[in-house]
Amino acid sequence: MLRIPCPYCGVRDEPEFTFGGPSHVTRPPPDCDDATWTSYLFNRKNPADVHLERWQHVHGCGRWFNGARDTRTHEILTTYVMGHPPPAASDA
Amino acid sequence: MKRSKGPHRLPYGGQIDRTRRIAFSFDGRTYQGHPGDTVSSALLANGVRIVARSFKFHRPRGVFSSGVEEPNALLQLGAGTRSVPSARAPMVELTEGLQARSQEGWPGVNFDVGRVLDFTSSLWAAGFYNKTFIWPRWHTYEGMIRRLAGLGRAPRQADPDRYDVENIHCDVLIVGAGVAGIRRALDAARDGARVVLAEEDPHLGGEAAWDGSTIDKVPASDWLRQATQQLVRHSHVRVLTRTSAVGYYDHDVVALLQGIESSQRDSARERFLIVRAKRVVLATGTIEQPLIFDHNDRPGILLAGAAREYLLRYGVAVGSRVLIATNNDSAYALARHLQEAGVTLAGVTDTRYSVSESLKAGLRSLGIDVFTRSIPTDTSGFSKLRSVTVARLSKDTQRVEALQTLRCDALAVSGGFSPALHLYAQAGGKLAYDETSGVLQPVTTHPSIELAGSAAQAVPVGPRVSPVGNTRRQWVDLLHDATVADLELALRENYTSIEHVKRYTTVGMAADQGKTSAAVTLGVVSRLRGIAAGALGHTTLRPPVTPVTLGAIAGRETGERFAPRRHLPMHDWHVARGAILQEFGGWQRPVAYPRADESREAAFLREARAVRTAAGLLDGSSLGKIEVHGPDAQDFLDRFYINNLKTLQPGRARYGLMLRETGILFDDGTVVALSPDHLLLTTTSGNAGRVFQWLEEWHQCEWPHLNVAITAITEQWATLSLAGPNARTILRRLGTDFNFAPDAFPHLALRQGRLLGLPARIYRVSFTGELTYEINVPADSGPKLWEALLEAGLGYGLEPIGLDALMLLRLEKGFLHVGTDTDGTTVPDDVGWGKVASGKTADFIGRRSLALAEHVRPDRLQLVGLTSVARADAQAAAKPFITGAHLRLPKSPNATDGWITSAGIAVVSGEPIALAMLRGGRAHFGTEINVYDAGVPVARAQVVSPPFFDPSGGRMNA
Repeated sequence: MLRIPCPYCGVRDEPEFTFGGPSHVTRPPPDCDDATWTSYLFNRKNPADVHLERWQHVHGCGRWFNGARDTRTHEILTTYVMGHPPPAASDA
Repeated sequence: MKRSKGPHRLPYGGQIDRTRRIAFSFDGRTYQGHPGDTVSSALLANGVRIVARSFKFHRPRGVFSSGVEEPNALLQLGAGTRSVPSARAPMVELTEGLQARSQEGWPGVNFDVGRVLDFTSSLWAAGFYNKTFIWPRWHTYEGMIRRLAGLGRAPRQADPDRYDVENIHCDVLIVGAGVAGIRRALDAARDGARVVLAEEDPHLGGEAAWDGSTIDKVPASDWLRQATQQLVRHSHVRVLTRTSAVGYYDHDVVALLQGIESSQRDSARERFLIVRAKRVVLATGTIEQPLIFDHNDRPGILLAGAAREYLLRYGVAVGSRVLIATNNDSAYALARHLQEAGVTLAGVTDTRYSVSESLKAGLRSLGIDVFTRSIPTDTSGFSKLRSVTVARLSKDTQRVEALQTLRCDALAVSGGFSPALHLYAQAGGKLAYDETSGVLQPVTTHPSIELAGSAAQAVPVGPRVSPVGNTRRQWVDLLHDATVADLELALRENYTSIEHVKRYTTVGMAADQGKTSAAVTLGVVSRLRGIAAGALGHTTLRPPVTPVTLGAIAGRETGERFAPRRHLPMHDWHVARGAILQEFGGWQRPVAYPRADESREAAFLREARAVRTAAGLLDGSSLGKIEVHGPDAQDFLDRFYINNLKTLQPGRARYGLMLRETGILFDDGTVVALSPDHLLLTTTSGNAGRVFQWLEEWHQCEWPHLNVAITAITEQWATLSLAGPNARTILRRLGTDFNFAPDAFPHLALRQGRLLGLPARIYRVSFTGELTYEINVPADSGPKLWEALLEAGLGYGLEPIGLDALMLLRLEKGFLHVGTDTDGTTVPDDVGWGKVASGKTADFIGRRSLALAEHVRPDRLQLVGLTSVARADAQAAAKPFITGAHLRLPKSPNATDGWITSAGIAVVSGEPIALAMLRGGRAHFGTEINVYDAGVPVARAQVVSPPFFDPSGGRMNA
């Protein structure tokens, strides 16, 4: 069970959260080509490394936020509020 | 030869209460023990040598250990609903009246007909089952083999005991309350930390509690008493005995299983404790390892540390003439203790070439023979050990030079000590095989874990495996009855990875999870493959470390508390009226209200007919309801629907479809505008939560600049759906300020006002095809309005209706039911909404996906209606269609061209009707097709364009 630091509430247990997949995925404009669109729909990186992802504290404050998690250790390096830029690799 | 006394209770010694006796039974015979005994110590004290028959060969087996690692003495405890299978006898405290049974062996462990398997053991090598019992299929043999294998029996009834789950937060969790664990607990407590100290045993102190040693120059018992007093003085220290740490999970969450003493079991039988610790100290001690030689499984052969514990803790001698075989220093003390207790020593063998002179001299001065460079190579005896053949090892330890036979009735073996690092490995700590100690040792540090006590120490050992003998008779895994020969076979068949060796031979896969076999296996495989054991890696150590009662994990969340049932506002009325209730999306919903002696089918047909001819009242309160407030509410919601919502006027409602970004249909419902900045949408009952989350996610993550607030109000409003030609007349009979005149309140309009003095929102939307008012009032006022409506409907044919009737009425109208008629591939055009989607100029979620080539193929599955084609015998035509039945177009090359998604009997005409998803369906209106059930054509159907009733919609627009 992960212990996730919600930027609004503090550290809480994983069952209080919903995982929302990779963050900082940009929605392409509607006039993009099929390949760009389907890549946006289906292709995701799956790094054995630091992964930027979003979570919702669904059984808490209800807020979505972003986080950086090392997929090898599940260590959560940081969490930050929506709209903020991802941490530089050196910070994470 | 004098008859051997075997294991027995000594006249003095140990920490049992000899003033009191406890009666218990084993395999139907009654025995006596004392408070302080475990089941295994009491069995040994009573001279019971055989406690089990082995898993495959049905060989007699005796108690092998004194702890969690026990591979032989797994017993069935108690009877009836409280029976516990595979209880590890050394871990079970003896209690008055306890009943224990051996699990394998028929008719019993002392005479077992299955023993014939042992005489044919060469047939029963690893993989034998997989290679042999394959014709016609494994399941033909499974029952017989499982019975023969004789695992414990789980009770078939529900567990009558209660279990608790508790959440704990602390600064330091210390696992293991031996001396090292207690010291860490005291240190942490003095620093003001919140400490949890978990100990598997009923007592603190580990071996120091009974081994007579001294700590800090005082007798261990005095030290422990003082330390315990200090611990309990700290209010922020929690000491948990009878508590095993069973799993180490991400972020230092550790699961503990606490057994509750039976005398204090008025609450729960066990507790499952979930500990969130900032720091964890593992003072988990070690698990002694065996030596490998021929017939190393006979009753009377056990671990040296166990022999010491039975002697010093329980006053039990494991035999009357004991041979000790070791490869390390630890067993020498046992020899001295046994001698002091008056037990005869057959000698001490040590596989090492050089042994400390003082150790040897210490024993020889007591008249005990010490044989260095020596290892047992074989044993004799049948149900009890008679003698052990001991060989002198060559200098390179690969050969034997001289043999002698030593008479004994017990053999205490020590093959080294494996630190109990299961939790450490589960936490991500890395382990590697260490040649010096012959076991896995930590090779990394862990940021949150400190290893303490003997778990952090490596004990150097000599050779562990006899270089000679018959490997079929050299047991590696006693519980799964796997031998060195099985390991050889696995390697011969090229299962070289240690994980493959484990699975092919099942070594380490039994209930003891390889606690006394995994390290030995690594050593043997290393020798057989001729590569360093460190290069083999090791099998994964997974939770649980020791078996966990499933009930403890569930805690109190069983039965009615497993998941909450959601009750509609009018639930009590439905129950009182005898409604058939079924769960949909967590809600208990009435599917029909049968009258006395009425079948469910007759009831819902009557209810549906009432709606078509008079009126019906449905409790639709589970309908998802979400409000969106704010200046951007209309712009925001317009992005979710394929329909244009920007032109939606206040007081009007619009039906809409919502897609996922992939273009796949997600949900449908109505959007109504209460005012330009206050919109209300409805969702299907099962999707209310998901749609709310969906809106929130897009608002928070993608469009935070849109000024809206989203509120889920499903539970706050009762929804009463009044449908049928008499609906208006009935409503007008209630005290109201609404104007229900058709031109003042047309179809797809919303009005707010007061009904029976209650604040009400009423929409005219229809899922039945009849004139329908969907009346929303505050949830707690729902029952009042419900009963008032039914009363107003007396004389107007009003009936309460359930979901069955609703679903039939909407089928007749060809109205889509998302999730029933659609699946994870359906796009709007498939269900006839393509023009609406393509006609919308603004972007919406999923819009771009609709242009993908896959989504515009002409041969996609499309929603169509089916009617029955009369056959020669007219009765067959009246048979209803089967939901899920497959369809094939004439001369189709395909195995299937689609399937029926909804089926029923038309309310008015009585004809079978269905909705179906059919390949290129809309191009086939008028075509006759075959309907298949389980591959057999069962009916002919005509493809039609729904609806089946009132195609102009005049009734619902009335």
